[in-house]
Amino acid sequence: MIVPLQHVLILASLLFCLGLVCVLIWRSNIIMLLIGIEIMLNAAMLVFVGGANHWGMADGQIFALMIMAMTSTEVSLALAMVVYLYRRRKSVDVDELTNQRPLGHTEASTDTAVSQQP
Amino acid sequence: MCEDCCPDMEQTLFYILAAVTVVATVFAISEKHPVHAIVYLVTSFFALAALFYLLAAPLIAMFEVIIYAGAIMVLFMFVIMMLDLGHPENSARPGFWQWLPALLLAGATLVALGILMSNRISIPDKAAVVSIRDVAVMLFQKYGVAIEIISMQLLFAAVGAFYLGRRGKQ
Repeated sequence: MIVPLQHVLILASLLFCLGLVCVLIWRSNIIMLLIGIEIMLNAAMLVFVGGANHWGMADGQIFALMIMAMTSTEVSLALAMVVYLYRRRKSVDVDELTNQRPLGHTEASTDTAVSQQP
Repeated sequence: MCEDCCPDMEQTLFYILAAVTVVATVFAISEKHPVHAIVYLVTSFFALAALFYLLAAPLIAMFEVIIYAGAIMVLFMFVIMMLDLGHPENSARPGFWQWLPALLLAGATLVALGILMSNRISIPDKAAVVSIRDVAVMLFQKYGVAIEIISMQLLFAAVGAFYLGRRGKQ
């Protein structure tokens, strides 16, 4: 171990707090919000790799790989949703996501589907 | 990682790379232009990949560069350019009342962390080196089922992304 585990943990929690701030302040732009989630997941990966290095076990690195696979899944789905949102509302504001009509409806039934909701 | 170079240099490199990561992330989250933010984030991920290499995880470091900096960030860039979102003057910059609760929460978390770290907990160091061979054996023997589940998850995500991204009948 080249540095104490505490320093790795401090760096990871700094990165996590930066990602948290990014998620909390960029509610008007869903792209920046997803970037904040990426930063937080990277901080988690750093903790896993630091632990794997500290205790000399390979499990931490494997879970970092799992986080990476999960992140690519999440990003592909979330960006598909961003494209879906933008095609209907011409906006990337997160607040617009609360008002989505269900998939498969035609354009004419949008207003009735929205207005029928309680 | 490498035994022939002196440990002091590795320590210095760790702190330099940590500073680069944090500063690039700060620039990324305070940047109004999404393309600039992503370029800062790629810098941050490269520094983080070097950190992973220093922490004796060369496999994770390579995947960090290939998947994060190479694939995911390019996917973000692709969506930004496809939807023509690179006009920061159209989007509202977060105001003071959006910064305040976020900074309060982050400050509280960091103060709690500082109090925890000031207690001088000593975690016993076990000097064992994890080689890529160990990782591969454990990945495909102990966690073989997890690999299958992850591949199913990626397949489902691809199907979902195709479904969400289709043009619709127009």
